[in-house]
Amino acid sequence: MSAATKSVEGLYDCRDAFAKTLEALAEADDRVVAVVNDSVGSSKLGGFKKRWPERLVNVGIAEQNMVGVGAGLANGGRIPFVSCASCFLTGRALEQVKADVAYSNTNVKLCGQSPGIGYGELGPTHHSIEDLAWLRPLANLITIVPSDPWETAEAVRFAAAYEGPVFIRVSRYPVPALQHRIERIEPGKAEVMRDGDDVAILANGVMLHKALRAAEKLAEDGVSARVVNMAWMNPLDIETIVDAAATGAIVTVEEASVRGGLGGAVAETLALRRPVPMEMLGFPGFVPTGTVDFLFDHFGLTAAGIAAAARKAISRKGR
Amino acid sequence: MSLSTAPAPAPGADRIDMVRARALSIRRSAFTMVHEAQLGHPGGDFSAADILATLYFGVMRYDPKEPRHPDRDRFIMSKGHCTGAFYSVLAQAGFFPETQLKTYMQPLSMLNGHPNRNYLPGIETNTGPLGHGLPVAVGIAIAGKLSARTYRTFVLTGDGELQEGSNWEAAMAAGHHRLNRLTVIVDRNRLQQGARTEETNSLDPLDDKWRAFGFHVEMIDGHDHGALLDVLGADPAGRDKPLCVIANTIKGKGVSFMEDNVSWHHGVPTDEQFAQAMKELI
Repeated sequence: MSAATKSVEGLYDCRDAFAKTLEALAEADDRVVAVVNDSVGSSKLGGFKKRWPERLVNVGIAEQNMVGVGAGLANGGRIPFVSCASCFLTGRALEQVKADVAYSNTNVKLCGQSPGIGYGELGPTHHSIEDLAWLRPLANLITIVPSDPWETAEAVRFAAAYEGPVFIRVSRYPVPALQHRIERIEPGKAEVMRDGDDVAILANGVMLHKALRAAEKLAEDGVSARVVNMAWMNPLDIETIVDAAATGAIVTVEEASVRGGLGGAVAETLALRRPVPMEMLGFPGFVPTGTVDFLFDHFGLTAAGIAAAARKAISRKGR
Repeated sequence: MSLSTAPAPAPGADRIDMVRARALSIRRSAFTMVHEAQLGHPGGDFSAADILATLYFGVMRYDPKEPRHPDRDRFIMSKGHCTGAFYSVLAQAGFFPETQLKTYMQPLSMLNGHPNRNYLPGIETNTGPLGHGLPVAVGIAIAGKLSARTYRTFVLTGDGELQEGSNWEAAMAAGHHRLNRLTVIVDRNRLQQGARTEETNSLDPLDDKWRAFGFHVEMIDGHDHGALLDVLGADPAGRDKPLCVIANTIKGKGVSFMEDNVSWHHGVPTDEQFAQAMKELI
């Protein structure tokens, strides 16, 4: 549980942006409450707890109850941010997420902390690489995978203002603050971060900055790669995906299982609308132990790995 | 504020008689729905009918014209499969027309097999999978405490349903927060889908379990309208902990061939059985 905020390299833990934004929202609107499963520290909500102890509901280690209590608080007029390690929030309490939040269409904000392989060495019980595949079919549930601190803060602000269920993936892996072209996030709208015509790299979360670096590498070799930020998993920006397929080759990159997440969503879209060669980067199954950086290297989730996948997708054009 | 314990008994009638009449009417309505749909859970509808009648016609404050009034008392049907009785009491309480009950489980009906808050007014949360009602009720009660509102929160669970661990997560939280305006009612009919609870995964001593989790416990006859009115209607300000009412009931109560018979968990009647039941439900 390192508490790094901004390191000397200019890297950020998005949980800090999450917590800071939530505190600002709580200050402005007393309907905002937090619900946790003994996850005050891991959600960086120590400051929130200190300022509003009665508005931080700690149910203890009981995720099913945590999500149900969130739905009940929404019924009572509150805006609950239910914050917990993503593996337990989406795995242990999946039926509550389905029935009490998505199907009931309640005003609950689910914040999946340290998702993907954020807990590297702790292993697959603590990894949350399945969450996107589990949540993507749930109607009503807005699902956002922010890439950096600004986008995380925007997602939290959006969630508070939006009347309905939202899931936000809040990463702990240190990421740079990216240069965005937009001033506000727009629900269901993918952001083209970099233009390009030879291939399109569709990424989200902590993979986005690696995708941008991959595009720079490809440019050095004269390959023009578009990079699209697919932060919105639901609603999905179908038209921007179809536009990206006009490059003739697609690569998806996610800190998640390659089955059922971003890659799956894009593949479904392309198959129906505009089939083109596609490469999918992510994790093939349960992940072995290792540091997060080791695991990203091991599975090719690096700028070099993404660039190689892009070249492969390009090489398959017209076959 | 237009909330009231609706509606008042007719002049000369007392509350107990009114609740008794409503319970009978709920049973007749629910069984008619189940007979027409040839689907449903009539055994549990009948064990819960007196509890529902007491809550909606003797205890709870609500306004069917303003179903999401912030100060309304909340009721959560955690045993969400017993919609025959639940939809019947909601319709009789005025949340939607009783004529709509005819569409029960028909294609595209708002009267789904399990209740959906987005389809019908008066439903607080979508239930069906067991063990979901109490956690939501705990959240509602915490919200009320935070806002210093005086509404009460009631949740009706089955007894077999208490085998779901989520109930005990929620019970622990309710006890910890001393949610005195929360009431759990257990429809203790001692039968679950396939067999007796005590043969399947025993619950007794059930009162001790709830006490251990921080509840005040009352054990009553769940078909005694006077006892139900007394216990459920008591002012919660006199308690410093949540209340659990273990309502000892009979599955299929009111129809001789259905009482305490496990096959009526989701059994449906033939025309002859329906006619016989209607003769007994008077």
